[in-house]
Amino acid sequence: MKSFFAAVLGLFLLCAPALAQEESPDALIKKVTDDVLIIVRQDKDIQSGNTAKAIELVEAKVLPFFNFQHMTALAMGRDWTKASAEQKKRLSDEFRTLLVRTYSNALTSYKNQTVRYKPTKMQSTDTDVLVRTEIVQPGNRPIALDYFLEKHSDGWKVYDVVVAGVSLVSNYRDTFNQEVRANGVDGLIQMLANKNKQLDPGKK
Amino acid sequence: MNNQLAKRIGVVVLAVSVMSACATTANNPKDPYESFNRAMFAVNEGIDVVLKPVAQGYDAAAPLPVKAGVGNFFGNLYDVWTAVNNFLQGKGQQGASDVGRVLVNTTIGIGGIFDVASEMGLEKHSEDFGQTLGKWGVADGPYFFWPLIGSRTTRDTFGWVVDSFADPVMGMNDIGARNSLAGVRLIDLRASRLPTDKIVEQAAFDKYNYIRDAYLQNRRSAISDGIPAKDGECQQSRCF
Repeated sequence: MKSFFAAVLGLFLLCAPALAQEESPDALIKKVTDDVLIIVRQDKDIQSGNTAKAIELVEAKVLPFFNFQHMTALAMGRDWTKASAEQKKRLSDEFRTLLVRTYSNALTSYKNQTVRYKPTKMQSTDTDVLVRTEIVQPGNRPIALDYFLEKHSDGWKVYDVVVAGVSLVSNYRDTFNQEVRANGVDGLIQMLANKNKQLDPGKK
Repeated sequence: MNNQLAKRIGVVVLAVSVMSACATTANNPKDPYESFNRAMFAVNEGIDVVLKPVAQGYDAAAPLPVKAGVGNFFGNLYDVWTAVNNFLQGKGQQGASDVGRVLVNTTIGIGGIFDVASEMGLEKHSEDFGQTLGKWGVADGPYFFWPLIGSRTTRDTFGWVVDSFADPVMGMNDIGARNSLAGVRLIDLRASRLPTDKIVEQAAFDKYNYIRDAYLQNRRSAISDGIPAKDGECQQSRCF
């Protein structure tokens, strides 16, 4: 398994404020990556392991650019159709908390990596695009970091992040399917909620 | 008569596979030997109780240039095998580039300690015999988890056996030197995986499942050389 710094970097990428709306998805990724790297390179707190600060950063700058409902749907596969509207909301919220919490950690292992952007192939009419980048680390093979984005009325949103060929979201599918089979959608919600409580007993 | 016998055998085989599938894979057809694998996983976790602190010690104590040098040295040895596999897979250009890497790094890079080739633009690849078999069309086979070696599909387990025969460290005559070198390599490998440990601890509901699923995805992607596959169950933006 490769460095999950790449994973959080992925989460960060999608962060830029509203002015990014008319940008193409690859320009968006590039701008946000550059912005985030500047911040992380200067922030000694984050580099020395302050996950709380990394989470703050993610929540402030990244979340608007991710479509967590879609990510949750992807993680659940066909089981998504079994959930009511209210359950879907609850699932997305819990999954979002989980992803943000666990992968913000990865940002704290930043060590002078740089990002290389690969050319993006898309038509101007495309609504679903793959943007490919690479994390370059001295002394190691580069790690592929890919984003799937979809076009919404309010701009491009990421719905999957793939690190070294591993979809961060689909990696949960078997676990989620097993839980739904065993304990239903409510069981899955409970499992996510318990995990989140475990990771952060202080917060609600 | 033959027909009836064949049919009966067929039914028995089907029944046994269904039964064993139900018995061992209540949940997962892609991991039919899950109980065996989980036992091996537990053995590995036991080994890690000893190995991880050693790797952490190495990671903390060794200066960065030393760690980089060690990593580069073993990486250079492996580049030879990567080149062979690239050629076997028909990827001549990549194979040639890998040969170039070995030549440059062994000479200018002083025995592989410095990865000069990467700075010259010769990208590092990683190909093993399992990937070659995959490229040749051999199917994955069931998933296995082995102590120390870790996750391998059936095909990749065979691939690993071939990799070991080709391994120059394992082929050394001097047993003492061989063991020392292999030991250092193991610690170096374990140390390089330390950053992901914390993530896996937090992200995974079940560590075994998480590692297995990530491995299987990664292998699929490695064989198709990194282009992320569109999800089979989900089309476009929809899973339904």
